[in-house]
Amino acid sequence: MNNIHVRTKVNGDEVDFLCDPRETLLDCLRDKLHLTGSKEGCGTGDCGACSVVLEGRLVCACLVLGVEVEGQTVDTVEGIAQGQDLHPLQEKFIKYAALQCGICTPGILMATKNLLERNPNPTETEVRYWLAGNLCRCTGYDKIIRAIMDTAADMREAG
Amino acid sequence: MALDNAKSNGFKFVGTRPDRPDGVDKVTGRAKFGADMTAPGMLHGAILRSPHAHARINKIDTSAAEAMKGVKAVVTRKDFATDVHFESGLNGETWNVLENVMAGEKVLYDGHALAAVAATSALIARDAIKLVRVDYDLLDHVTDVDKAMEKDAPVIREGAADKSVPDGFHPNVVRYHESGHGDVDEGFSKADLVIEDSFKTEATHQGYIEPHACLGSLGNDGKGDLWCTTQGHWYAQKMCAALLNLETSQLRVTASEIGGGFGGKTTVFIEPVALALSRKANKPVKIVMSRSEVFRSTGPTSSTSMDVKIGMKKDGTITAASGVFRLQGGAFPGAPAEFTAMCAFAPYALENVRQIGYDVMANRPKQAAYRAPGSPMAAFAVESVIDDLCKALGLDPIEVRLKNASHKGTKASFGPRFEDIGLIETLEAAKAHDHYSTPLKDGQGRGISCGFWFNHGGETAVSLALSEDGTAQISVGTPDIGGSRASMALMAAEELGIPYEHIRCTIADTATLGYNEISHGSRVTYASGLATIKAAKDVVHKLCKRAAQKWDIPEDAVKWEDGCAVPSGANAGDFDPLPLHKITANMGATGGPIVGHFEATPEGAGVSFATHIVDAEVDHATGKTKIVRYTVVQDAGKAIHPTYVEGQYQGGAAQGIGWALNEEYIYGDDGRLQNAGFLDYRIPLASDLPMIDTVIVEVANPGHPYGVRGVGETSICPPLAAIANAVSAAAGIRMKQLPMSPPRIVAALKSLKDG
Ligand code: FES
Ligand code: FES
Repeated sequence: MNNIHVRTKVNGDEVDFLCDPRETLLDCLRDKLHLTGSKEGCGTGDCGACSVVLEGRLVCACLVLGVEVEGQTVDTVEGIAQGQDLHPLQEKFIKYAALQCGICTPGILMATKNLLERNPNPTETEVRYWLAGNLCRCTGYDKIIRAIMDTAADMREAG
Repeated sequence: MALDNAKSNGFKFVGTRPDRPDGVDKVTGRAKFGADMTAPGMLHGAILRSPHAHARINKIDTSAAEAMKGVKAVVTRKDFATDVHFESGLNGETWNVLENVMAGEKVLYDGHALAAVAATSALIARDAIKLVRVDYDLLDHVTDVDKAMEKDAPVIREGAADKSVPDGFHPNVVRYHESGHGDVDEGFSKADLVIEDSFKTEATHQGYIEPHACLGSLGNDGKGDLWCTTQGHWYAQKMCAALLNLETSQLRVTASEIGGGFGGKTTVFIEPVALALSRKANKPVKIVMSRSEVFRSTGPTSSTSMDVKIGMKKDGTITAASGVFRLQGGAFPGAPAEFTAMCAFAPYALENVRQIGYDVMANRPKQAAYRAPGSPMAAFAVESVIDDLCKALGLDPIEVRLKNASHKGTKASFGPRFEDIGLIETLEAAKAHDHYSTPLKDGQGRGISCGFWFNHGGETAVSLALSEDGTAQISVGTPDIGGSRASMALMAAEELGIPYEHIRCTIADTATLGYNEISHGSRVTYASGLATIKAAKDVVHKLCKRAAQKWDIPEDAVKWEDGCAVPSGANAGDFDPLPLHKITANMGATGGPIVGHFEATPEGAGVSFATHIVDAEVDHATGKTKIVRYTVVQDAGKAIHPTYVEGQYQGGAAQGIGWALNEEYIYGDDGRLQNAGFLDYRIPLASDLPMIDTVIVEVANPGHPYGVRGVGETSICPPLAAIANAVSAAAGIRMKQLPMSPPRIVAALKSLKDG
């Protein structure tokens, strides 16, 4: 076994793990760190269920190797809520029923949070294209888009 | 939204839109889906799948895999039950499932499983599977439904046809359905115009984002536990027990949160394999499918070839209709040919109608249900012909459908008389909708279509227990695919008169309740809902009994009102209302735990209809289609949680858009699936779709206490046809094959130009 020791920061906490150089960041998050909120829908970068933020950049965790995150910071769905307080996006997703089965939800939340940090005032078209890498098979996206537009408006108002 | 105020209907909770109970779990990543479970000492399984469409297996040599470091078990067909026997048609379904789970003498499609390995890591298991050596004799294959019926087509399995098939058909035709009434020839002779045409649709996959995943543990004492993502864990229990020669009750199955199913998670694939490996290795084994395994090996829908003939008078009256529907269902019997045939003309009150369905085998994965299995394709063929008739006769498509619409008392095309149904109401609502009267822009076309689905009841068991503090816990046995726990809690709140938030609904494991049929047939809100209401009524009855005891008056002198026991009338005595929590507070001393339950096979599911309106724009240069506006109108009977009803309408429409425009199984000449991934099998993206408008029509179903009809499936029945009608109008040529992908549209436009 040629496992490699990787030190990284996940959701603000310093963590380390041993991994095979072939294992993806998604494998390491799920199997080594037991952060199973990030999902594997395809393993080929097509569904976005594994979306995480690496050094501020939205990536598919299934397309990053575990060994690549040495010394870097990773944010996952488990880190969106602050203590007991849900992020406004999380609250609106529940309120709007922007999930049916919920398997796409972690990835969509990560992608959307990243969008709103870059662009607090996106148009519907911008949201739709930003989410073009996140598949949802249940909802037809309607309620997801509405939840996001409404959250963005609220967050702008709250400053 | 055409929704009445819930209160005016006499409901306090039903019809409101509270947050779902599992919402926080699902937005924080806490919810446990199939692949999220682990067990101490767990091994990882991997499955070897055939690269060939059709081949005889001469020898499987597993010795090199077994010798690999970290490998703990290897299984092949010989590690499964030997007393499951082949029978024709669907009588042999257990054998069919076994043969599909692990190939016997032949591999029957690209992706067919034939060996599996369990190892200490997923990587080792994947490496080890490559060391399994298989010696094959390649056989001729066929993947197209029409070709599979031809005289010289390779035979998938001799003797698979059941008695329904008339003499003279190829052995790949395994089941036959014929129904109808009246005299179609006479009917056609009375028509002013008869149009007959042929249509084809390709197989599409349910496309749930969560791949199949399970964790199984089975000892040599025959006792086991299974965790899996499934629409029906009692079915999984029964099937795994049969395939592994276990006693059913010794295997406990727990359903994980399920990341989409749409009919595709109604059977077993990897679950018996994980258990077989576990039994051999004496350790828990987890198996998670890759996306390409999901596409290659789990059930897509049938592909079809259909001929439809309809006669119409100048005033729009349909005089006769007939159809032939050929469904390719993969390498096993079971394509829903009878459903396709029976749904085809169901929206219309016809004097003369006749439909024929063929279930045809080919070298493809065993088809599985996909949302209203069989119905959407039928609507595509039938509603396209009706559209052409309306155009040729200069008639409004909604008026023509209203003129012929099935209603209460109509003898359905498939036999029985309809009870209360809401087709006319959906058509009227569509006609009145602002979408229908909004002018189209240049280059756009509008299509409409009706759709029909039976809905289903099925075996159901629910129990409802009260806690000392006056809260309630419901155990239901139907996995929650799209928010059903919220609906159950709303119905229980309605009966008990306690707040929605005081109720927790759990999906129970197989050890907790009696048999619950799969979450399919749009049955959950109907059947588990009905069972929840009855279980709550059982509880209310018991609560009233405790109050009667306390007040020392007869039981029937107590009734339940707003969460309290009250004397039923002035004669019953003068007692203050006794709230639920006061009764439960000392239930231990007054007779013990208060639990209600209900077990039955409810049969009043109530069929449902929908009408969809869609506007499409076609780029004549590239053949690309854009859906610019979409409206779903559907009868829900009674919407328990309207937001989730809308979600079902929107989700069905979106899947229909994918099926109509892009999605298809593409096979090469070698019989291999060429697009087993989400990049090449393109489901709709957020950037492909418009908002999807919904109108909830409510025509109460007499078979449910609140009038509920299932809503999950009917929403995918009209889209293929409605979109085909819109695209055909925008392109100026009738599109007869799905998907209407850009190359097909460009080819159609070229053929139009070339005349
Ligand atoms: S799992 Fe990473 S994109 Fe699908
Ligand atoms: S809610 Fe099921 S995939 Fe999005």
